[in-house]
Amino acid sequence: MGKESSNKAIVILGNGVSGITAARHLRKNSALPITVISEESPYFFSRTALMYVYMGHLKFEHTQPYENTFWEQNNIELVQKRVNQLDAEKQLLHFEDGSSLSYDRLVLACGSKPNKLGWLGEDLKAVQGLYHKKDLDSLEAWTDSTQSATVVGGGLIGIELAEMLHSRGKKVHFLVRESSFWNTVLPAEESELINCHIRSHGIELHLSTELKSIQGDANGRVAQVQTSKGATLPCEWVGLAVGVSPNIDFLKGSGLDLGKGIRINRFLETNLPNIYAVGDCAEQLEPLPGRQAVEAVWYTGRIMGETLAQTLTSVKTSYQPGPWFNSAKFFDIDYQTYGQVSPSPDSKKEAQVFWQHPHKNCSLRLSFDPQNLYFKGIVSLGIRLRHEYFDRWLCKPTLMNEVVKTLGQSFFDPEFSPTYQAEIQSKWELKKSSFALNQ
Amino acid sequence: MMNLLKKQSSIGVGLLGLTLLLSALFIAYDNKVLWLSVSFVLMTLGGLIYFQTIYGHQLSGIKNNGVWFSALTTRGITGWLLGMGLTAFYIAIYWFPEVLGFNTQGESTGLVAFFDPLSLSLNGSPATQWFMYGTLYTFAIILFGVKFIWKYWGNRYQLFRTLSVVFFQLCFAFLIPEILAKLNPETPYFAKDLKNMWPLNYYFLDEWHLTNMLTGGNLGFFFLVFGLAMIFIGSPILTYFYGKRWYCSWVCGCGGLAETAGDPFRQLSSKKLSVWKLERWMIHAVLVFVTVTTIAAIWSFITQNPELSLISRTQFISGVVVFIIALMLILFFWSKNGLEKDAKYTLISLGSILVLSLCVQGFSGQNNILFLNSYSFQKWYGFGVGAAFSGVLGVGFYPFLGSRVWCRFGCPMAAILGLQQRLFSRFRITTNGGQCISCGNCSAYCEMGIDVRAYAQRGENIVRSSCVGCGICSAVCPRGVLKLENDGLENRINSTPYPLGNAMEVDA
Repeated sequence: MGKESSNKAIVILGNGVSGITAARHLRKNSALPITVISEESPYFFSRTALMYVYMGHLKFEHTQPYENTFWEQNNIELVQKRVNQLDAEKQLLHFEDGSSLSYDRLVLACGSKPNKLGWLGEDLKAVQGLYHKKDLDSLEAWTDSTQSATVVGGGLIGIELAEMLHSRGKKVHFLVRESSFWNTVLPAEESELINCHIRSHGIELHLSTELKSIQGDANGRVAQVQTSKGATLPCEWVGLAVGVSPNIDFLKGSGLDLGKGIRINRFLETNLPNIYAVGDCAEQLEPLPGRQAVEAVWYTGRIMGETLAQTLTSVKTSYQPGPWFNSAKFFDIDYQTYGQVSPSPDSKKEAQVFWQHPHKNCSLRLSFDPQNLYFKGIVSLGIRLRHEYFDRWLCKPTLMNEVVKTLGQSFFDPEFSPTYQAEIQSKWELKKSSFALNQ
Repeated sequence: MMNLLKKQSSIGVGLLGLTLLLSALFIAYDNKVLWLSVSFVLMTLGGLIYFQTIYGHQLSGIKNNGVWFSALTTRGITGWLLGMGLTAFYIAIYWFPEVLGFNTQGESTGLVAFFDPLSLSLNGSPATQWFMYGTLYTFAIILFGVKFIWKYWGNRYQLFRTLSVVFFQLCFAFLIPEILAKLNPETPYFAKDLKNMWPLNYYFLDEWHLTNMLTGGNLGFFFLVFGLAMIFIGSPILTYFYGKRWYCSWVCGCGGLAETAGDPFRQLSSKKLSVWKLERWMIHAVLVFVTVTTIAAIWSFITQNPELSLISRTQFISGVVVFIIALMLILFFWSKNGLEKDAKYTLISLGSILVLSLCVQGFSGQNNILFLNSYSFQKWYGFGVGAAFSGVLGVGFYPFLGSRVWCRFGCPMAAILGLQQRLFSRFRITTNGGQCISCGNCSAYCEMGIDVRAYAQRGENIVRSSCVGCGICSAVCPRGVLKLENDGLENRINSTPYPLGNAMEVDA
């Protein structure tokens, strides 16, 4: 395009964890000009912490991990504008206000948007998702005039919304399509434990129930919802939490290869030169074995940002997240997982041993290969586990015997907490005997 | 609705007890035993019912809902009223005890005299303003200790830590000293709180206090030896194994009040980098101040009481010089990389000045050392740090600046323990690999103003001299990222280019 190639200005679209991690590591490794664009907020904040602002645990400022002066000190330029269009030919971004910005290399980190499934009444007032900072402001604005709320979708955002509304004294109906909470990911016992916990907080949990339609009042605000089971639930607010999808509508027609998300190879490169994508908006052309093509998770976004910064400053580096891990909190119960634990395992490939505390909200499930008794993964509720240990046990094949023997040490709960080593050990000894022949 | 009614009436009952107590400022009750008891029973009852209504029906978990919506905990109107009330109380205790009824010449009246029955039964003499203060202080730690345990129910670290802090306040700070005073009425006064070590107890080595201990028979001698042993042996060993938390959040009375009654205000501490800088300057300045004052005090004691002294002036000066040089060398060579540049310069210049002036003056036989009149210095330290800082600012300003203002900016004990914790201790807060989501709960609820998240999101362990080991960052973390623990000195900080989760091969 006749452009000076000595200028390597990097423009990052999106100031979430993926974009900001990329920016920080780019700055660590180089003095390249870096610009970060976001319409949503002037400074990086932790999206996952929005719930704590609503519940009064934090102020919004607390969700910003860096002081506002950090960006100028590190010579990272911040632009708060909305991008309407990408002109890949001319390497230009067009803003809503008519201005534009040229780039030498562009990093797309534009995140997700909440799904709407075309329900009747989904665009009524006080019907919303929770993703964007504006969603939080909107929820706050509706709160005082809300007595009952309905949350649709039994995933991580759904349960967060239920907890949030409950913390402000609202009556909450929680509609979950599946027969048990998040049982597409959680095994049956864990899922049931969470069902009970949700109910013990006084939430109306409606399992195997979908949203059918939403009806409004004279002012166009939601007044009630109909469920697939024929029930009518009066409510003044509806939260839609049936998943998120990549936020890529504005990129249509730009020449980028778009599927569910922005298609990228293992080096996080799109089909167009000098354009990369990281985080929620990216779709892996060849997903890693056992992993999803789109992983809208904090940690994977962060790792993609770290990886891309390598490629852009020194060594071309492929995206290689280590063994899968994730965590969440279901009301008062910590959830952590490392490696693979299937909700319905194929008995030839995966066997499991499960332990649950007789009355506390604690459980552990270890999965292993029934052929060679190698450890495959773990799910814990109410127990914190050391990432470092499980990363090690998953990177190199480790026998279950070895893992179970030192499991107590891998607990990460506060000092003086019990480790249940003996109970879990005896569960494993019992289980192991049925696999003795294979060994 | 029932709950709201119960909550409000419990507050009413508690306030009634408090009003009854304060009414003793103006009304001389004939039956002090009865009315003092009624007042404490009402305050206890009101408190317990209130805690029951807010925590009793809840499942164990984090109970920070609405913290940033409440005027009391966010410097709103009730916060200001409480802060001003507490500050006024402290000003009265330190500088105008006569307002509270204290009378140096004869019998006390008013609020102070209201505590006479309790004081007489415990230590055999009528109450002073300090006895009244000690009683209220201990009562607050016990009552709000119950609240704290209730709030963090299910977290055994918090349970044991709070029981410990309550125990040390009730027994070591309150009951034992009073009872010892009753059993030894003829001995001159010296501090009988075994856990209140120098330099937190800044007058421990002052001339009058040394004299009183040395003329105080076996008991006085025991307290002197125990105090010295704690300073030079007990405290370094305990800090090596457990970090400064063994003292600051398990034993100390200031810490005890901050952790219990001060808990609702912990989020008000500033996390700004600029405040961290201020903190480092202030706390170390106080440490130098108290050290210099103490050297001068011991010097004047030895000069004026050669017959009581166990060592001569020359021995003392030589000892101090050798100690300072040895300490500097150890600090310097032990942790060349652990110290910031500014810390090194400060250390060298300050140490040299001290040693030089000690030598010049000590061996020239003057009565004042370090060019100081030790009396006026002690007086200023007592006024500025002992009263104004630790009392008025330290507790009176809970609702404005958070619960650990004194511990963070002013406590010389915290400075010494912190220095050791940073450089030579097995304690750290371990970060759990790559699990941090940067939410900010840990930083927000750190009473010491440490930006815990800044470390956690980089996968780096937290080794900070100011950390008192309260464990709340770990408790409020929604992803199980933080754990307080003691382990080997190797890889204590665990600084890696990336948090765990990557299989990326990168040259750091």
